[in-house]
Amino acid sequence: MEQKLYFKDYNEALKQNKLLGLKCRACGTITVPPKMACRQCGSPDMEVTEVKTDGKIITFTTIFVGAEGRESEVPYTVVIVELEEGPWLMGNLEGIDPKAVSIELIGKKVKMSTKVFPGDKYSAGETARPVFSLVN
Amino acid sequence: MKKVAVVGVGQTKFSGPQDKTQVELFAEAATEAIAESNLKPKNIKALFLGNALGDFEEGQGMLASYAAENIGCMYVPANRYEGACASASMAVRDAFMWVASGYYDIVLAGGIERAATMGTGMATRTFAMFSDSRYEFPSGITFPGVFAMLTYLYSKTYNVPIQKLRERMAKVSIQSYRHGSVNPRAQFFGKNADMTVEKVLGSFMVCTPLTLHDCCPFSDGAAAVILASEEVSKKLTSKPVYITGTGQSSCGPLINQKDFLPRIRSREISSQQAYKMAGRKPEDIDLCELHDCFSIASLIASESLGFFEYGKAGEAWEKGEAEIGGKVSINPSGGLKAKGHPIGATGAGQVYEVARQLRGEVESENQVPDAKIGMTDTLGGDCATIVNIILERGW
Ligand SMILES: [Zn+2]
Repeated sequence: MEQKLYFKDYNEALKQNKLLGLKCRACGTITVPPKMACRQCGSPDMEVTEVKTDGKIITFTTIFVGAEGRESEVPYTVVIVELEEGPWLMGNLEGIDPKAVSIELIGKKVKMSTKVFPGDKYSAGETARPVFSLVN
Repeated sequence: MKKVAVVGVGQTKFSGPQDKTQVELFAEAATEAIAESNLKPKNIKALFLGNALGDFEEGQGMLASYAAENIGCMYVPANRYEGACASASMAVRDAFMWVASGYYDIVLAGGIERAATMGTGMATRTFAMFSDSRYEFPSGITFPGVFAMLTYLYSKTYNVPIQKLRERMAKVSIQSYRHGSVNPRAQFFGKNADMTVEKVLGSFMVCTPLTLHDCCPFSDGAAAVILASEEVSKKLTSKPVYITGTGQSSCGPLINQKDFLPRIRSREISSQQAYKMAGRKPEDIDLCELHDCFSIASLIASESLGFFEYGKAGEAWEKGEAEIGGKVSINPSGGLKAKGHPIGATGAGQVYEVARQLRGEVESENQVPDAKIGMTDTLGGDCATIVNIILERGW
């Protein structure tokens, strides 16, 4: 059975700042990122849809110890954002001082753009990553 | 289903980087378990082995077959289990199933890891392989980063001010260090018994708000347990420790667990399976070796296991309810924090500790008085694999 939306197409769209997801015909849930079955009810009966990228910060952390190959990126801030249409997305928060983050970030509204993680020897190629910034 | 007993356990000292190879480490633990069981390697019908990252640690795949042959278990089925930090618990649980089914009467289960040997950079990279490689790792998320995010989420969800929460988490680390300091096979044996809240909060920041002393170390080590049918166990030992309940559950990446976090739904399901099979309730458990990879992980785990109310575990630690002899004795071994966390071996190490507690064989300072029922709890990856095992005295 073919998956309705594959990583490759999701990734290409994300590079263009376009977030693709899957809307479940059975329960209406939006699933992002793509998978074979609805994240809520498990139905594979979903259609590709463009998902709004506005959201709010659910949680965050600033990382000071990075993985091998990514040491030069620290410190950086990782966030989980809840999109307006429901799904959570992991990405980075930029436009702030990563060393000065506090719990006040939770609930703040953000908008999304993207950058590309070029990949390392383990990662089977490059991957677009969501980058969020605070909305004033 | 047949009754299944743990008839022997073995473990290396958990440690920082050391020179023994993975098969050598496992041999040390396995031969101890086999000797304790009054068995010979030729009596073992199968080896089920947890090993998460052997490929990266030594360039060695298919470790189970080499580990079996190395100790003289010739031509037996030898299976590797990979479920990140829960690998060995998966191996023990499957060994339990095979013996319970009656297909095998004696199975060796365990695990090996040389995570410390990899060094911090490589270990951080490979541990991050247990997050979603397409949809999470590109952000630079690390394993401590996952629990750092759960810490803020816990603070917000249960309305515990973050500073208060961090102080309570520090007390979790302090208790674990104290227990580990008297466990001769703990990585921090003889160390950090004098840890203070100030020292925990003031140590190196790994990822906000988790400091070095909130995090378990990278570790090398191996552990092994021998499981046998009730019939066989009666011939081998006067102190069989029965596995009375097990559970296992999995789920997807962290972001898809949004309906429950910071509760871990897979842990609630897994532990309920184990309680139901054993006919026990959380209040029946005398001690639990649970998956405290980070101080916050202890709070989250103890709540999902049903020991404390959601949002209240930190207070329970402060009141001594998680201390040895408290409501439930949590991690009398020192846990992952102080005993160490050689990830693919950790679950078998927990079974090792619980079995020795029930047999009354641990150091007197760490012995839970009159321990009759113990439990293990092991978590893999972004909370995506959970295994629980309940063990009880058989005499
Ligand atoms: Zn659905």
